[in-house]
Amino acid sequence: MNPIQGNKKDEDKKIISEAAGEEYKYGFVTDVDTAVIPKGLNEDVVRQISALKGEPEWLLEFRLKAFRYWLTLPQPKWGHVNIPDIDFQDISYYAAPRKRTEQKEIDPEVKKTFDKLGIPLEEQMRLSGMAVDAIMDSVSVHTTYREKLAELGVIFCSISEAVKDYPDLVKKYMGSVVPYTDNFYAALKSAVFSDGSFVYIPKGVRCPMELSSYFRINAAQTGQFERTLIVADDESYVSYLEGCTAPQRDENQLHAAIVEIIVEERAEVKYSTVQNWYPGDKDGRGGIYNLVTKRGICRGDHSKLSWTQVETGSAITWKYPSCILAGDYSVGEFYSVALTRNRQEADTGTKMIHLGKNSRSTIVSKGISAGNSQNSYRGMVKIAPKATNCRNYTQCDSLLLTATSGAHTFPVIEVGNDSSVVEHEATTSKINEEQIFYCNQRGISTEDAVGLIVNGYAKEVMAKLPMEFAVEAQKLLSISLEGSVG
Amino acid sequence: MTTSLQQYIDLYNQYGEAIRSHAPAAMNALRDDALAALEGVGLPKKGQEDYEATDLEAVFAPDYGVNINRVPFAPDAAASFRCDVPNMSTCLYFFFNDIFAESRTAARNTQPGLVIESFADAQKNHPEVLQQYLGTLADTKKPEVALNTLLAQDGMLIYVPKGMVVEKPIQLVNIFKAAAPVMALRRILVVLEEDAQAKMLVCDHTQDTEQQYLSSQVIEIVANRGAMFDYYDLEESSENTHRVSSIFVSQEEGSNVLVDGITLLNGFTRNDYYVEINGEHAETHLLGMTVASAHQHVDNHTYISHNVARCESNEMFKYVLGDHAVGAFAGKVLVKENCPRTVAYQGNRNIVASPEAKMYSKPHLEIYTDDVKCSHGSATGQLNEEALFYMRSRGISETEARQLLMQAFMSDVIDAVRLPALKDRLHHLVEKRFRGQLAMCAECGAANCNSKIENV
Repeated sequence: MNPIQGNKKDEDKKIISEAAGEEYKYGFVTDVDTAVIPKGLNEDVVRQISALKGEPEWLLEFRLKAFRYWLTLPQPKWGHVNIPDIDFQDISYYAAPRKRTEQKEIDPEVKKTFDKLGIPLEEQMRLSGMAVDAIMDSVSVHTTYREKLAELGVIFCSISEAVKDYPDLVKKYMGSVVPYTDNFYAALKSAVFSDGSFVYIPKGVRCPMELSSYFRINAAQTGQFERTLIVADDESYVSYLEGCTAPQRDENQLHAAIVEIIVEERAEVKYSTVQNWYPGDKDGRGGIYNLVTKRGICRGDHSKLSWTQVETGSAITWKYPSCILAGDYSVGEFYSVALTRNRQEADTGTKMIHLGKNSRSTIVSKGISAGNSQNSYRGMVKIAPKATNCRNYTQCDSLLLTATSGAHTFPVIEVGNDSSVVEHEATTSKINEEQIFYCNQRGISTEDAVGLIVNGYAKEVMAKLPMEFAVEAQKLLSISLEGSVG
Repeated sequence: MTTSLQQYIDLYNQYGEAIRSHAPAAMNALRDDALAALEGVGLPKKGQEDYEATDLEAVFAPDYGVNINRVPFAPDAAASFRCDVPNMSTCLYFFFNDIFAESRTAARNTQPGLVIESFADAQKNHPEVLQQYLGTLADTKKPEVALNTLLAQDGMLIYVPKGMVVEKPIQLVNIFKAAAPVMALRRILVVLEEDAQAKMLVCDHTQDTEQQYLSSQVIEIVANRGAMFDYYDLEESSENTHRVSSIFVSQEEGSNVLVDGITLLNGFTRNDYYVEINGEHAETHLLGMTVASAHQHVDNHTYISHNVARCESNEMFKYVLGDHAVGAFAGKVLVKENCPRTVAYQGNRNIVASPEAKMYSKPHLEIYTDDVKCSHGSATGQLNEEALFYMRSRGISETEARQLLMQAFMSDVIDAVRLPALKDRLHHLVEKRFRGQLAMCAECGAANCNSKIENV
């Protein structure tokens, strides 16, 4: 073999395998006065959280029921991830940046944090007319554009406020899609959930701006347990975005959330996530365990729910945004890009449960594995016997950038009648050498070529993101792949 | 709580001595480990990983008798014999429940040096082969395999020496007949030495279709360097026949193994295929074809482990399900670290032809090497409406058109068969099956026109 060629190849390999070098740029800690309750979990802690938030009796009851149920469950182990036995007594379940009581203004430190993250809390600083609910640790610090949205009857606030201001709505919908008995983490999250967003779009309203919540973990040794509830009434539309970051620490922190979405007749909800929690360092020290339960129900006929996610962060990601397609002619979509590097592990996918006749679903999942990471797609498509004429198309592709990474697919398909069509396709391969060579030939460095190819590979999903997010997500992908070219 | 396993363990504890005295030493040597492996475990239940549709606990629950005293039965071989493949001369063998027998013509058809005999005979003639290979592949961590190892009393050994190409296919006919519910436990060991080649056809049939049968079989196939082996398994039993079959394959460098499981008529079937690819440039083909109606239940589970680089595996399982039939497919392809240039494909295509039929599909890929080409595809749907319309507009009746399309659907699995005579036969059998007829050649047996049966 030509030695020069050989070197070139080795170098290419090196660049590709180093495609993980970039430091995590949101790893800073903000020095704000934070009230943290002591570590540990028992009924008193659950009562304390409820009391701190000034909750009504029924919600406390709900939390206690969930907590008692949680005590009966073992920690699940079926995921293709190495979650150590989490010591749930070694976590603090509530941390709040302390408010200066006399003024209604946001703490300047907190504001600075969000500015640094590029999240404008002041409305005049808006880039694109996006309403933001900013959540730091366990509390929502600010929600923008509330008044403007209220004119249309759109409710957008933190779930703690919603419990006080709109108890009927919360009572009606909370737990209806993800009951606390759903799984181990759902029970835990139902018991200790702190803050999250609440969205209600009334009948016939098309929400004029993107709603967004931004989650930030700041305090050490705490867990963030948020709960988001989105209700889209008949013939309404909303696009909701979610972003998240956390400081760089050597310890593992837990992020566990429940997202519930209810879509009524002819309504449409689009839920997009750019997940960028701290992924841990090169040797897998530290990082967030992202264990969330996300599920939506298309209750009405002709309703539509679309999940789009770009997963680049977290030491461990374990989430399956799912759709229950109960309404006739309802539509479920799931578009995902998951990038893992270093020692990250991701086990993500979706469930499409077809209950309504003529319901349709599409799943497009793109996995990219680099370093020593493991990336899995796990999904289920189930067609109930009475759900006739359903259609599902699933495509999940995996791209392996290094010889030490792994890519896996675990789909489950159940078809219960003779008029539905379900298709599943999956491929796994490494990055095409010919494409890299082609780029090199035209003066594009291997590093840029990898970025280009990966972005092209993920384009199908990126195109589904709202514009502002697409730009950020694209940057995130190429930053994550940036190596150190000598 | 007592599990269905317990009754068989009790049976062994009571009659272990008798079982041992009837069985060859090589089989007895495995029993202690098997018994230990069954300690504290239960048979897989419905809903467990890889058992999404299938409940082995329930299948083993009835009190099946085991032929401990080796009572022979007089089979009506002529009447039962439905597996004559026209234009194919075979070396023919039988299992009557769990008793091995050879046909009179078998000896005439075998080549010198080729060993095909019962384990009992092999214990006398070729103890070293049993000693070296028996039980090396079968994984007693699977309770159904451990149970078979514990209770089976005889088996069939096929040993193909180095470089031999077996010209005539080896045919094995399993016949079930009993007066009471019975569990037939069988074992087959196939060893192919370097560059040896052989093909094997196995058929399952049931006489006395009213009776409940449970067929438990464990098959071990060792393909050494450069060996080539085809295994065709055709099940045509009855609605009361339950079958739990586990096939273990180990492949060395450059070997080529094809395993084809065809289910046309059955009651309950669970087929497990485990393939370990241990040598480079090996090729594996796993094929499956199921036509199920009434309350048939067919579950195929495959596991292919690529342990070395530069190997190729190819899987294709097709199902046509009518009435209340349940089909299940769970497949896993594992590519371990440092196995570059692996090519693996896994396919599962299903037609659900009735509103009450159900299909479960779970194609898995687990890949730890980057330089690979691996893909899988799973599709469940119906016959193409446009194709149906096309044919109807040309004067072909709807039933006829459907049958044509279903046959066409199955044809690529049939065409992968590497025995031309069997391929023709399968096309014929599948066509008959779709027409709702039993695929057997009843008149043929009655008229005793099959020259191969002579006297069994």
